[in-house]
Amino acid sequence: MSQDTAKDAVIEATGLTKTYGSAVAVDHISFNVGRGEIFGLLGPNGAGKTTTILMMLGLTDISEGEVRVLGFNPAREPLSVKRRVGYLPDTVGFYDNLTAGDNMRYTARLIGFRLAEREKRIADALERVGLAEFADKRVGTFSRGMRQRLGLAEILMKGAQIAILDEPTSGLDPHATTELLGIIRAFKTEGVSVLLSSHLLERVQSVCDRVALFSAGKIALMGSVADLGRQILGGGYVVDIEADGAGLAERLALIPGVSGVEKTGIGKLRLHADRDVRPEAAAEVVAMHGRLKYLGVQEPSLEAIYTRYFEAKPEEAATEGTRHAA
Amino acid sequence: MQREGSAFSGLGVVMLKELSDHLTSVRMRVLEWLVVLVALAALYGAIQQIKDTTAEDPFLFLRLFTTSRDPLPSFVSFLSFLVPLMAIGLGFDSVNGEHTRRTLSRILSQPIYRDALLFGKFLAGLATLSISLITLWLLVIGLGLLMIGVPPGAEEIARSFVFLLVTIVYAGVWLALALLFSILFRSAATAALITLGLWLFLTFIWPVLAGAFAQMILPPDPRYMALGLQTPGTAELEQILARFSPSTLFAEVVVALLDPTTRALGPIYLSQLQGAVLGAPLPLVESVLIAWPQIVGMIATAIVLFVIGYVIFQRQEVRA
Repeated sequence: MSQDTAKDAVIEATGLTKTYGSAVAVDHISFNVGRGEIFGLLGPNGAGKTTTILMMLGLTDISEGEVRVLGFNPAREPLSVKRRVGYLPDTVGFYDNLTAGDNMRYTARLIGFRLAEREKRIADALERVGLAEFADKRVGTFSRGMRQRLGLAEILMKGAQIAILDEPTSGLDPHATTELLGIIRAFKTEGVSVLLSSHLLERVQSVCDRVALFSAGKIALMGSVADLGRQILGGGYVVDIEADGAGLAERLALIPGVSGVEKTGIGKLRLHADRDVRPEAAAEVVAMHGRLKYLGVQEPSLEAIYTRYFEAKPEEAATEGTRHAA
Repeated sequence: MQREGSAFSGLGVVMLKELSDHLTSVRMRVLEWLVVLVALAALYGAIQQIKDTTAEDPFLFLRLFTTSRDPLPSFVSFLSFLVPLMAIGLGFDSVNGEHTRRTLSRILSQPIYRDALLFGKFLAGLATLSISLITLWLLVIGLGLLMIGVPPGAEEIARSFVFLLVTIVYAGVWLALALLFSILFRSAATAALITLGLWLFLTFIWPVLAGAFAQMILPPDPRYMALGLQTPGTAELEQILARFSPSTLFAEVVVALLDPTTRALGPIYLSQLQGAVLGAPLPLVESVLIAWPQIVGMIATAIVLFVIGYVIFQRQEVRA
């Protein structure tokens, strides 16, 4: 496993390990998260993602190894870490009998904000996640998506430098997911680093700069989705074309770098190439006066990477299967 | 390894929040009404009884607390049932409730230690109970003034005030027990049932069992039995065993405090009575001294229970 080193790292984990008795939940993992980066911890349930997060927050003991969050050691200086890091737990809960505003006020007072600052921060944060009009509503009436957004509002209110989000999108409908991912992207533009965990690969693919794929307590793969795609899927590009014109397939096959052309439908072709051949393909279609209806390159999908990776390592995939079943 | 910062930062915030939760909760309102109504009934009975029977009693006011009229028990015995019930009612879901609502990890990810959360919850519970008990105490004194028409003496006020403090300590014992079980059991229902079960056992069953155990371990001497007396050894053992229950301790303290003529808790030997004027009241300090071991015992029990809960809570996993 090559270790990516991000410049200006806000989280540095080295050989982080958590054991429960003889069971190893997290097994010597090392990774870095850079400033303003969105880093995804991906993997099936029970792969050690949440445990890793809790160790970073000092909420559970570290068995071995070290992690530094913004230069602080969470085991020794938990308050310094927790003052600067916002955490959205898996299926976050609020006090249902209190209003959204009162829930936020409680947290704000625990953080230690003064009254005037508190109210301003709460109002701003609720506004940003679109809950301003629900500030005086009891959280008991909130939907799951609203609760998740309230959780993000809490992180915004805290002014956290790092946002740690555990399964932020699980159990949300597509609309709520899109909204949530939008808020997460906004974190990045403000220079807030985001570390998010998820078992929904395709959802988080779109927001993550880099990902670490967890498997049975270890990081199996780490890097940007494109890099991983090249590494695991063999570095090929797949270009889809929809156009008409006789003999197009033969002419496209002659483009340098194209290794194969396959027909996927009437007037639909798929090119396999070792680079992005879209410009040349378009030029060919135009040159023979064909009508170009569609031209696109397939992004490597995490799902495919994940599946391919574990196909290559059947014994690990097998243990994965049992974990899923459990 | 020294932790950074204070273990108590955020304590006040947690306590105020919990206190406001308690005071506005439906559960608390029901418990308060239960206590007030039952106490009023007992008090009414006591006042009727006092009006009927008492001619001259230097501690008329204290009789309010201890006198009973059939079929109602006295105010004190009502209180000794209801105070644990209130304490358990407030405490049984304090920690596991945070787990169930999934708020625990979110709160603990704020810059506070777990200490603050647990202390805050305990203090808030104790404050709630204190508020209720002080209100009740004032109510009793006020009603007593109105209905008997005799103002209480300083000694009586002092005695009943010490009684109030001891009742708060007694409530603290059950609150600490409820808190401990709310840490141990993830389900609030389990915690409530087990705490209530333990309370029933310690209050109603243990005193009976203590007698049985004492007779098993130290069989009564037939010579004493022939005279219709208790064997001193057996009686003492029974009392020692019974004192493992906080209810017994509380009952003994109440007797010492509210009945100034009490000279000893437990068997009295003839040698101790030498020179004593029977029926003469003791000064307050002496009464407190008689009950001091019991008072300290209750405080220690509360602290020990809290510390056990504290240690378990510190080591507990946050995740649900």
